Amino acid sequence: MNPVGDAIRVEGLEKSFGDWPVLWNLDLTLGWGQFLVLFGANGAGKSTLLRILSTQAKADAGTALVAGHDLRRNPQFVRSRVGVVAHRTFLYDDLTSLENLVYYGRLFGLKDPEKRASEALSRLGMSRRSGHRLRSLSHGMQKRVAIARAILHQPPILMLDEPESGLDRGSVEILKELLQEWTTSGRSVIMTTHDIDLGFSWTGQVGLLAEGKIHRPGSSGTDGVAEFRRYVTTSLESNR
Amino acid sequence: MMQLLRPVLILVGKDILLEWRSRDLVVSVLVFSLLIVIVFNFALNVTPQRVTVLAPGIIWVTFAFAATLAMNRSFVREMEQGGLDGLLLSPVSRDAIFLGKAFGSFLFMLLVEIALLPVFGVLLNFSILSFTLVLTIVLATLGFALVGTLFSAIAVQTRSREIMLPVLFFPVILPVIIAAVEASSASMGSESGVGLNRWLPLLAIFDALFLVICPWVFAVVVEE
Repeated sequence: MNPVGDAIRVEGLEKSFGDWPVLWNLDLTLGWGQFLVLFGANGAGKSTLLRILSTQAKADAGTALVAGHDLRRNPQFVRSRVGVVAHRTFLYDDLTSLENLVYYGRLFGLKDPEKRASEALSRLGMSRRSGHRLRSLSHGMQKRVAIARAILHQPPILMLDEPESGLDRGSVEILKELLQEWTTSGRSVIMTTHDIDLGFSWTGQVGLLAEGKIHRPGSSGTDGVAEFRRYVTTSLESNR
Repeated sequence: MMQLLRPVLILVGKDILLEWRSRDLVVSVLVFSLLIVIVFNFALNVTPQRVTVLAPGIIWVTFAFAATLAMNRSFVREMEQGGLDGLLLSPVSRDAIFLGKAFGSFLFMLLVEIALLPVFGVLLNFSILSFTLVLTIVLATLGFALVGTLFSAIAVQTRSREIMLPVLFFPVILPVIIAAVEASSASMGSESGVGLNRWLPLLAIFDALFLVICPWVFAVVVEE
């Protein structure tokens, strides 16, 4: 049961690295059951935003509520309500896929973590590799185990930082189905990607992180998705 | 209490399993420590008359160097695939994470010390069957584990972590090393009783202080 209000509500968020401002006066609202894809050039602050929203980094200013809870006041609760897929897998090379997930399942206090871990691996098509040590798996398979880790505790909010990178076409399809299932059951997803085709085909809600803020269709002088897509393409290409 | 203890045990269990699989930490620390003992044994002429003067110093220099090596490895493993980030993303208190890592390191170091003690006994010619010596080792190793875990969490985030850890670790752990050397010397019979009454409680006080301060500083350090 998700709390009343939005899955994510951010107001006036600011973050700088030294003298280099990355996010400034950033506002974002994501309702329950919504799926937002964020585009942005390298260094635009996509990963930083997800790191802040998942309590891995602290904002310099602004307020952020995730699952109805303030990140500063109640970070431990927020951690139990989000699943994160980042560039690194957060897994251990010398443990098997199953052992890695059981370990995290125990940390999250799940009942019957072995069963939950097996289910999550099965959902990502990794059942046959559950007894294999992580270091023996390909990069794409490790990524699938990392996604299984993120969904293990059935979090109401998923945060994914370029989750499609390193995945083959079949795995990307599994991920697409998984994320659609997530949102149709009332849970929320925020995802970053460089893949414009993939991002626009997966959801109607898209945004571009540029100059420290999130631009959405209708803002920045763009009307409609097609025009916004051209705007995103131009923006990403101008940063190459 | 269980809320703190449960994740601590989960972390220790994971570290033991990882070490059992790779055996790189215990084996490398053990080999390194044996080499130090052998070098000291040849460099210093440890006669039965000088054993209470030289042996405690040799033991604790070896254990301290072994501790820095073990600590470095412990957190490097957490950083390889972002395990520490995954741990920090779980709804577990920072205190539990710190205590889990520290207790795991304490067990590994104790294992190495148990393996080394008979070697010390034979090469340096003293009795290892001393309750006070064992108690000194347990108390000092706990201090090493607490301070070492904190500083390896700091050092592992820097580029020069191999240098950074000993630079941070040794100045803070120096009182523990001095107390351990004095208590070991007393338990080997140099000034029976007097030294132990003074230095063992001091070691216990250091441990109690580190047990309060280190988890608190760790929580601040890992918050970005």
